[in-house]
Amino acid sequence: MSAFLDSQAAQQGQLKPSAFPSVQSWREQAMAQALRVGFPHNKLERWKYAPLRPLAGKPFHAGATEAGSAIDTALLPPAPRIVFFNGRFSAEHTQLNDLHGLQVQSLAEVLAGDDERRLNFLGRQFSDAEAPFASLNTALADQGILIDVAEHAVIETPLHLVFISQGAPDGSRYLRHKIDCRTGSQLTLIEHHISQDVDAGLCNQLMHIHLGLHARLKHIRIQRLTAACLGFSRSDAVLSSHASYQRMDIETGGHLSRHELNLSLQGERAHVQSGGVLWATGSSSLDTRLSVRHQAPNADCKLTWRGLADDKARVNFYGGILIEQGADGADAALSNKNLLLSQQAQINTQPALEIYADEVKAAHGATVGQLDTAALFYLRSRGLPKAQAEKLLSQAFYAEAFEGIADAALLETLHPYLPAILHREQEGLT
Amino acid sequence: MLEIKNLHASVNGKEILKGFTLSLEAGKVHAIMGPNGAGKSTLGYVLSGREGYEVTGGEILFNGQDIAGLAPEERAALGMFLAFQYPVEIPGVNNTYFLRTALNAQRKARGEAELDSMAFLKLVRQKLSVLDLKDELLHRAVNSGFSGGEKKRNEIFQLALLEPKLAILDETDSGLDIDALKAVAAGVNHMRSPERAFLVITHYQRLLDYITPDVVHVMVQGRIIASGGPELALQLEREGYASIAEAAH
Repeated sequence: MSAFLDSQAAQQGQLKPSAFPSVQSWREQAMAQALRVGFPHNKLERWKYAPLRPLAGKPFHAGATEAGSAIDTALLPPAPRIVFFNGRFSAEHTQLNDLHGLQVQSLAEVLAGDDERRLNFLGRQFSDAEAPFASLNTALADQGILIDVAEHAVIETPLHLVFISQGAPDGSRYLRHKIDCRTGSQLTLIEHHISQDVDAGLCNQLMHIHLGLHARLKHIRIQRLTAACLGFSRSDAVLSSHASYQRMDIETGGHLSRHELNLSLQGERAHVQSGGVLWATGSSSLDTRLSVRHQAPNADCKLTWRGLADDKARVNFYGGILIEQGADGADAALSNKNLLLSQQAQINTQPALEIYADEVKAAHGATVGQLDTAALFYLRSRGLPKAQAEKLLSQAFYAEAFEGIADAALLETLHPYLPAILHREQEGLT
Repeated sequence: MLEIKNLHASVNGKEILKGFTLSLEAGKVHAIMGPNGAGKSTLGYVLSGREGYEVTGGEILFNGQDIAGLAPEERAALGMFLAFQYPVEIPGVNNTYFLRTALNAQRKARGEAELDSMAFLKLVRQKLSVLDLKDELLHRAVNSGFSGGEKKRNEIFQLALLEPKLAILDETDSGLDIDALKAVAAGVNHMRSPERAFLVITHYQRLLDYITPDVVHVMVQGRIIASGGPELALQLEREGYASIAEAAH
């Protein structure tokens, strides 16, 4: 048994039971599954490179919050914004400005309400391979957000979704979200994961995203947690016909940050563009598992991910594309390039392609390399100090991941919230 | 300005410069000619401080200061510049940004005020008009996708902008057609001044038709074997390196 799982089972005992029998039964089944499957280990292919061992024996507790912690409002982006502090919805700091076509409700509120159907997404079953973290989420999440964009509603202003914490080192938090973009709607969503001061807690988040016919979602996720945090996140998106999902994932923090990104192209001509930058420093491990399923004809995905590992840090990337039978005319491209910035850093990358359809275009490539010494010397010979030259080359390296997703206006919006390591003068990159 | 005394240098443990000695004064243009493998490009890299080019003996004095232990950026800030034989392509980095960052890094290292973007653009325009360059090159990534001629012009543009005290031109004529060669030479000639020295490394005499040197040195096997006026370059062109090397023995 694992002290971690034991402590989480105990945490379930403290959770307020749901008034809905179905929710209560899903929670119990999910916890039973997590305990049966047990804590993952490095012999499992999908957990091969994650530093899990120290975590397995460590108990975590619910609701553990640093005494006297208060939200640092200077860290908050402008409205419209939804704010969670230490894993709990903060009505006080959430400001939505009555955006027409946008409906937002916290999971706690829906759990306390009387519309059971709105909670159906909690009943999602996970395979044993996906357990225990997804199952633990079902078993323990009583916080989260439900965002609904009405049919043909176009939300012009980016909506910020902020998770800010200053929890205790042994605190664990579980959040579950649902984003629904109905037919023809448009939204830009910017997720911020921030720890103020030092926070070594664990946060487990699971987000379901659904894009209706012709819906367009631009989704940016910025993870800049402090060095001791643990993150287990999962984002599942399902696209209907002609839906367009553009996504940027930026991760620079955390002791271990695992993100599973599952994209299902269920409708014809659905379009996904996913750009990611994993920039690990110190002794951080950034571990992303990206899986794309082409399930309908003529859908396309363009996946451009860049990894940089400095110091003793690790970047692990798995990028899988599955083109199912009948998903003819698929156009899929995965590029994963990585830079090792120090001798002790480690990068693991694994692209995987499975094709069961006809007339498919699919390309994938993965590289691990170092900064170009000729380019470095060239910049230094013109007067740039070594560190500045290295930073400029590193930034030029990752910028490719955002091409076609982030225009100048979006970059300007994001700039104050980007991790310091990514700060640069926008004009500097082509 | 530049005093190189009995310089020995190695790359990967192999000695390339074997007792190289040269004295270059401000306001002068010295040409270094030599056959392939003489160590000409190595000399340029050693003078600029490239990693992997190890000085094993002798001295390099720049305005009296021994620079052998300095980093490339420190040499640049002192006023040294190397125009590359093969300028490096840097995709993703905007040329204008690169130039401003380089200029300001040097100014900062010298304790001078950095230029803001307005002042910098003004300077760029002024230099562009003098060199007859297309400003389109400035908006692209550094040397990325540039033709051979464009790359060399970009080198000379950097030279004009950074205004070094000593410019080392490493085979700047290689790969250039006659029009580009003339344009590049005109840029260099424009930069000649009593305060500035040039070390022009070249394989062929052709470039020296357009940039007239004060002194021509012949470099063979890592050292200078003969020196003379511009007529030495013409003699080389007629008789080849072998005869000069023989005469030197």
